[in-house]
Amino acid sequence: MMTPVVLWSDVLIWLLVLAASVLGWLSRRNPLLRAAWQRVGRSRAGMASATVLLVFVCIGLLDSLHYRPRLEDSAGRGTGTSSEKTAVYSVEVLSLLDFLLTPLRTRTEKTYSEPLATRAHAKESIEIRDADGQLRQSRDYPRLKHGGAHLGSDEARRDADVAERVLRALGLAMLVWWMLAAATAALLARRQNCSHRQAWRRIWHNESDLACNAVLAAIAALLLCGLPLAILASDYHVFGTDKVGQDVLYQVLKSVRTALVIGLVTTLVMLPVAIFLGIVAGYFRGWIDDLIQYLYTTLSSIPGVLLIAAAVLMMQVLIDTHPQWFATAAERADLRLLALCCILGVTSWTGLCRLLRGETLKLRELEYIQAAQAFGVSDLRIIARHILPNLMHIVIIALVMDFSSLVLAEAVLSYVGIGVDPTMISFGTMINNARLELAREPMVWWSLAAAFVFMFTLVLAANLLADAMRDAFDPRLAGSA
Amino acid sequence: MSQETTVNEKRLLEVRDLSIAFASGRSLLAAVEGIAFEVAAGETLALLGESGCGKSATALALLRLLPAAGRILGGEVSFTGRDLLRLPEADMRGVRGGGMAMIFQEPATSLNPVLTVGRQMAEVLEHHLGLAGQTMRARSLELLTAVGIADPERRLGEYPFQLSGGMKQRVMIAVALAGNPCLLIADEPTTALDVTIQAQILELLRRLQAERAMGMLLITHDLGVVAQMATRVGVMYAGEIVEEAPRAAFFASPRHPYTQKLFAALPNLARRGGRLETIPGQVPPLSAMPGGCRFAARCAHAWDLCRQEAPQWREVGPDHRVRCHLDDEQGRVHSTGSKKVIASTTGTLATPALLAVADLCVHFPIRRGLLQRPVGYVRAVDGVSLELARGRTLALVGESGCGKTTVGKAILQLLPASGGSVRLLGQELVGQSRRELRPLRRRLQMIFQDPFASLNPRMAVGEIIGEGMRALAMPGTNPQRPDRAAAIAAVLQQVGLDPAAAGRYPHEFSGGQRQRIAIARALAVQPDLVVCDEPTSALDVSVQAQILNLLADLQADLGLAYLFITHNFAVVDHLAHAVAVMYLGRIVEQGTVDEVLRSPQHPYTRALLSAVPSPRLDEQPEFIRLPGEIPSPANPPDGCHFHPRCRQASAVCRERYPGTSTLSTTHTVRCHLYR
Amino acid sequence: MLAYLIRRLLYAVPILIGVNLITFALFFVVNTPDDMARMQLGVKRVTPEAIERWKAERGYDKPLFINPAATGSAVFTDTIFFAKSARMFAADFGRAEDGRDIAREIVSRMGPSLAIALPTFILGLLVTVSFALLLTFFRASYLDFWGVVLCVAMMSISGLFYIIGGQYLVSKLWRLVPISGYGGGLEAWKFLILPVLIGVISGIGSSTRWYRTIFLEEISKDYVRTARAKGLAEAAVLFRHVLQNAMIPILTGVVVVIPLLFMGSLLTESFFGIPGLGSYTIDAINAQDFAVVRAMVFIGSVLYIVGLILTDLSYTLVDPRIRFQ
Repeated sequence: MMTPVVLWSDVLIWLLVLAASVLGWLSRRNPLLRAAWQRVGRSRAGMASATVLLVFVCIGLLDSLHYRPRLEDSAGRGTGTSSEKTAVYSVEVLSLLDFLLTPLRTRTEKTYSEPLATRAHAKESIEIRDADGQLRQSRDYPRLKHGGAHLGSDEARRDADVAERVLRALGLAMLVWWMLAAATAALLARRQNCSHRQAWRRIWHNESDLACNAVLAAIAALLLCGLPLAILASDYHVFGTDKVGQDVLYQVLKSVRTALVIGLVTTLVMLPVAIFLGIVAGYFRGWIDDLIQYLYTTLSSIPGVLLIAAAVLMMQVLIDTHPQWFATAAERADLRLLALCCILGVTSWTGLCRLLRGETLKLRELEYIQAAQAFGVSDLRIIARHILPNLMHIVIIALVMDFSSLVLAEAVLSYVGIGVDPTMISFGTMINNARLELAREPMVWWSLAAAFVFMFTLVLAANLLADAMRDAFDPRLAGSA
Repeated sequence: MSQETTVNEKRLLEVRDLSIAFASGRSLLAAVEGIAFEVAAGETLALLGESGCGKSATALALLRLLPAAGRILGGEVSFTGRDLLRLPEADMRGVRGGGMAMIFQEPATSLNPVLTVGRQMAEVLEHHLGLAGQTMRARSLELLTAVGIADPERRLGEYPFQLSGGMKQRVMIAVALAGNPCLLIADEPTTALDVTIQAQILELLRRLQAERAMGMLLITHDLGVVAQMATRVGVMYAGEIVEEAPRAAFFASPRHPYTQKLFAALPNLARRGGRLETIPGQVPPLSAMPGGCRFAARCAHAWDLCRQEAPQWREVGPDHRVRCHLDDEQGRVHSTGSKKVIASTTGTLATPALLAVADLCVHFPIRRGLLQRPVGYVRAVDGVSLELARGRTLALVGESGCGKTTVGKAILQLLPASGGSVRLLGQELVGQSRRELRPLRRRLQMIFQDPFASLNPRMAVGEIIGEGMRALAMPGTNPQRPDRAAAIAAVLQQVGLDPAAAGRYPHEFSGGQRQRIAIARALAVQPDLVVCDEPTSALDVSVQAQILNLLADLQADLGLAYLFITHNFAVVDHLAHAVAVMYLGRIVEQGTVDEVLRSPQHPYTRALLSAVPSPRLDEQPEFIRLPGEIPSPANPPDGCHFHPRCRQASAVCRERYPGTSTLSTTHTVRCHLYR
Repeated sequence: MLAYLIRRLLYAVPILIGVNLITFALFFVVNTPDDMARMQLGVKRVTPEAIERWKAERGYDKPLFINPAATGSAVFTDTIFFAKSARMFAADFGRAEDGRDIAREIVSRMGPSLAIALPTFILGLLVTVSFALLLTFFRASYLDFWGVVLCVAMMSISGLFYIIGGQYLVSKLWRLVPISGYGGGLEAWKFLILPVLIGVISGIGSSTRWYRTIFLEEISKDYVRTARAKGLAEAAVLFRHVLQNAMIPILTGVVVVIPLLFMGSLLTESFFGIPGLGSYTIDAINAQDFAVVRAMVFIGSVLYIVGLILTDLSYTLVDPRIRFQ
């Protein structure tokens, strides 16, 4: 039916998942890391935002398993026998998320339509066959092909239908949530050997080790927003459609992956370089330090946006003059995305490198490192056993702190025209496309609003989690709290 | 605590039933519980206690300056008739600095780094006395002169970083006195300072107090400081005052078992070579305070009642109160240190030298100017020669900045020596490559000062101890795991820890236990020589005694040699066989303990010894006041480095550095007086 | 101290050379001039002659580093590196695609850029520092908590939305000021007020939070306790003691951007149609005008390095420890 396609960014994303699991495994073993995570677990804001982020990450991961669907029967055209008939695959690369959202993806309208509309946004000349069988031209808002199609001609019933669906969804959401909450309480009751009532009380009075109440509250919010959306989306364009009639909800969901790739892969790309150079400079000092300092001072003295602009321009030339490198448009867009990550990485590693160098300089004067030197332990081992583990908290903090700024940067860069490929759906391209329509009367606001809400939620959750993690991992802050 | 004291003096401060707690998450941990004391004008009450007993929190609570997590749970602080705890904040600001002033432990961080000395004093003068302009300036100069700062005109315009540590503390005192307070709270005012500077500051505080008839609340952990300063003493333990007495009665017959143990744990001549009395266990944590007497778990005399019921105050002498269930008779159990004299103490010098250091120099270049070319050198160590035999202890004594730690690190080749030689068992260490040094590394090890910085927090104790064994591929221990695990368990037992500790992480241990782990790490590779860099200076007295006992035992059992770097003469007296006194990178006097400590010859050694506050009332020798502070090793004075501070300096001292004069086969001194 | 400053100045030279080499490599080594020509000319018009002509017009037809055909010093000077990269040190940036002299263009566009960036910077600094001081003064209270929540929320909004939202509300809905454009003279304030306001508001979130962190760190230090023990009021402690010490870390981040104000802001200028350097850069990017982008990269780095030196200089003003050493 299909052939899997492995894009480079998919590889990196799943590699990140792997790295996260390894970190999780290490954290279970090491009591200090475990304690830090437990502090994160107790932070209500942190856990609520982690829950929200988890949903985003799941969307992103579903969107990171790609395949090319097999085209429907191409045998008719072929002259060969059925035995040598080779499967023909579409040039369009789809992801698992696309598959799940097939209705959203395929039900495109002609052009703009408002959220939950049954008719298009702009008037058009339409031909109507009158009762007498004559064609008559009139200017009106044309009926949408898909939006509210199930209503048939009874468009007036739309409001009632929407309200009924929303109520149904809210009821369902509450039911699901009650079940989840009850299950949590039951689990807690069994773990801590107390009655259900007590467990319930512990959850809501924040007396458990994990901020369960925050997680449950976040789940409630997600269910209350998500389920009505899902139920409405089956027959309406909840967030309307864009210029070419594509569903905005679909675009917003697709943007999530782009944001995650930019926010996470960039850090992954720059992390090894920053860690290695930072530690080496701080530990060995002398001319090595001078060289590395020169390197990062030079790089950081080029203003970031300009360096990115220059590099992206050049990359564009490179990609455009070598079309033969890419089998599909998706691959080209993907490689451009990765290149953008690398370029962002090059401009952002210097800060972390400087930080790690300074910290290493301090660490290497500590007595336990001198004790190791007194045993004649090799430099490499001292770095691996003594310095790197004691820098981990800085790296983790830097990783989560950078995420949100990178997601924001993507939007700006894509707007300026030096971001992701214009064919790739991202918050930046959405805003860029929508911006041009702001001047229209009446205004086309829904793309922008949808992008705003989703981006704000994602970045806010990331910022809150970053704060919780910084408080938990920074030894100075953790000690005082 | 209800009884009326018949003190005639005006009572300045009365504290009743004061309780302080610190918020930790959702709960409150009680740090101080129901303490009561009073301070009269002209008297000094010393609050004595080990770290974490709540004495600093008490001092801060009086001024309502507790950190954000601190809460005053209740009680009454009556100061010149007003209850400070119920005063509005605006009125309280008039009390702070005006009625009651405070000086802090760390002069280096307690002054604002970006304001001039004059500005920081002016704030108080403006706020409390309403002075301005010339009168203010005149008053500032007066104050600086009063605290013994030379050239006050110039100092007024200087910033804190331009002053030395002792001068900063003098400025702190001047700032505190600016508002004419009638009560001075001094929170460990000399703990961060060297002995000679400490002596100067204590003398200054005594003089100022007498002149101004101030009351003083002195917070300290040092019995020596108490002996010099206090009129009355209050002993704090785990958030309570357990004993209160006038100074004479306190030193003559301490009554609480805890106080008695504190005295017994102090190393001194009487217990030389024997074992120090230790207090088993640790101070109970704030989160798990026992009911009953808080000291019961560690008290040798505790009986059932102690564990069940908290003792009430009991009068045992005039103004002498104690909180203890023991009867008078039982209370008089005076512990005497068991005098197990270690044989090696009286050993002869016949053993060949294990370590021979000759003319060791460590110079650090000072880089200045455009090209960062060295324009001079900090002569941190400038020609040090030492010899140390197996099983012996050599103490290297000196004030901070004299280069004693640098000597230790240079011997271990942790710092490159600029010259001279270090020979271990006849093999040269200086200038060897890392590979050549490796077989010698296991013969010498180091124990560091700060037990919190010397253990990697991310490694389990077993890994920390095993690291050296692994790096040096210890003979006799296979790289096979079970073998090494057994070796680690053995060495943990040797230092008095449970072998199960190997699987735990450093943060789970207390300071003393951490120091034991650090000792175990050094012992694991079976060294011959251990450089101990102030191993007990970060520890409380009772824990210090445990570590000193352990070091003595290990020396007796394993024949270790110690190079003991310290500034604490009591420890030297207790532990060392020979002593070398350092001043500005050079050894000025060297000899056996008896020679150096009993008949010091160098003027510096004499001054140093006289400055050490003795924890006994009768023993304090006449204090030889050393003017000034240690000069910078980057720019030492010409001639004898010590001459600018020496009372006996003559013309020749200003011209050239004295050579070595031999006073006996073991006693040498570098001073022109002995030519 | 003078030696310190001179050393910092001298250190800037190798960095500038490094920047120059990096830009050169980026523009001429990653892609050959032929590639650029093909890209610019588009697929249809690509012929070998057209490419040669394109290159000759722009001076890209020379060898990269060494010209063996030339004689004398021209071996090195008659090359792309010398003509396009080395001459930037002499403020010679060549011509843009539209034939105008880049250096002149830059000088004329600095004014409008600065007219927006400077008020934004000063006003923003005042607002955020005051807000941070307010939060610090009321630390651990509800005001502080909600202030921080507001900051986090504000920093989670993309700068694009601030501009779009501001333009929509102020210009379109309320019709208070023109939506975009720029005028000289006294009328300019009409065009400037909105972009400046939006610039200030969009910066509040992250800056306030950062300054608050710095203030809180300072306030936990020993000298603050001393100041309180003197009987000073909390406001005096904050303004006289904490603020002065906090200036040191604040200056590190603030002074370095002052020279970069000349560069303007890409987003604001393009949204509001202000003829400054930011919109110049954006136009150049969209038109793929390599010469202009190259010039802007170089100028940006020079200004950043100037900023670093100014930072060092400013330390000597606020930190006596550096002033007297």
